[in-house]
Amino acid sequence: MMTVNSIKNGVVIDHIKAGNAMKLFKYMNLEKTEYRIAMIMNVSSNKKDKKDIIKIENGIDIEYEELVLIDPEITINIIENEKVVKKIKPQLPETVINVIECKNPRCVTSIEKYVDNIFYLSDRENKVYRCKYCDEKHTVGE
Amino acid sequence: MLKGRHLIEPMDFTVEELETIFKTADGIIENPEKYSEVCKNKLLATLFYEPSTRTRFSFESAMLRLGGKVIGFSEPNSSSVAKGESIADTIRTIACYADIAVMRHPKEGAPYIASQYSDIPVINAGDGGHQHPTQTLTDLLTIRKYKGNLKNLKIGVCGDLKFGRTVHSLIKAMSRYENTEIYMISPEELKIPDYIKEEVLIKKGVKYHEAKTIEEAAPELDILYMTRVQRERFFNEEDYIRLKDTYILNKEKIKYSKKDMIILHPLPRVNEIAYEIDDDPRACYFQQAKMGMYVRMALIANLLGVL
Repeated sequence: MMTVNSIKNGVVIDHIKAGNAMKLFKYMNLEKTEYRIAMIMNVSSNKKDKKDIIKIENGIDIEYEELVLIDPEITINIIENEKVVKKIKPQLPETVINVIECKNPRCVTSIEKYVDNIFYLSDRENKVYRCKYCDEKHTVGE
Repeated sequence: MLKGRHLIEPMDFTVEELETIFKTADGIIENPEKYSEVCKNKLLATLFYEPSTRTRFSFESAMLRLGGKVIGFSEPNSSSVAKGESIADTIRTIACYADIAVMRHPKEGAPYIASQYSDIPVINAGDGGHQHPTQTLTDLLTIRKYKGNLKNLKIGVCGDLKFGRTVHSLIKAMSRYENTEIYMISPEELKIPDYIKEEVLIKKGVKYHEAKTIEEAAPELDILYMTRVQRERFFNEEDYIRLKDTYILNKEKIKYSKKDMIILHPLPRVNEIAYEIDDDPRACYFQQAKMGMYVRMALIANLLGVL
């Protein structure tokens, strides 16, 4: 049995789909911070077969809304004095700028590099975004 | 209020605003002389980043018939674009010279970028396989003229529904009118993109059918809208050659169609409508091209606010 200590203050990102922890880790540039971080992968879960967890000791300024674009199922737990003081289930934002890159080779963003990559939420239920310029589909989590 | 607005996609204007444009077009058709000087001293810039004879001529003749003048380029190699100028810089410069701009571009979303940086109205004249809103205005004006209104119509769209931007725009636009029914006739490889189905037809509750042949849908239709299978939309020649002759309209296929059905086509045709159809009273595609010029005249006049 592997033991990872609980943190006193900080953030725990829970219910990460197994395999997605590294993506979140990279997206948040955690390798460039000096926080003490535990990344636990392939943990048994009640809800899913397996999940990943990231624990970040002490406060960190995370854009929670954007993390949900990488893994829509995550839960953010804010920890103070070893207790969960806040649980956040991030919602998909209406518009995301410069997070999703358009994959359509015919999209104008492939040649006009000065413009923002803008995606708007077109179907919340199915987690579908569309490119503002060409309507290319992007499904979160796929 | 249409003065100063851009037209990037068909849904940019409300049904009421479209009706304003169509009423202007009605007036122009009835009495073209009355409108022959309304754009005197106005300049239209045509920015064509890919070749298009018909759309460019349609816009140019529209402006000239309104008494205005035209500047522009018809292929990017002859312009500053060849030196690597961005769309944003091109439109900001053109806006210093012209009163209104028309843009065709192979990249999807290019006219939208132009509109974001422009002080003058920008009209999308086709962006890649994405949108072609003035073709849609043309189609709507033609349907309205020949069918009397835009409600309760069964429209068959046939051919390249995957890359055919005119079809995408037409479906979006018609989805706003009461009791529209769409019949989509195409080979498996060129079926309508999911997003048109999911976000236009399903979301708006538009009744639609999918058919593999013209014959099975033809008897139901009020309008049959044919499209060309375009060589430039294919990544390889083999796919193009295999599919280009798949859906060719001839008299036999519309034997059981309604007598007052109309046949439309955005032109140019290659071989998807047999020449024997040209004599059929239901063939309206050349009149449609003329409607295209009238509706562009009406659009330019309204966006410039000269009426």
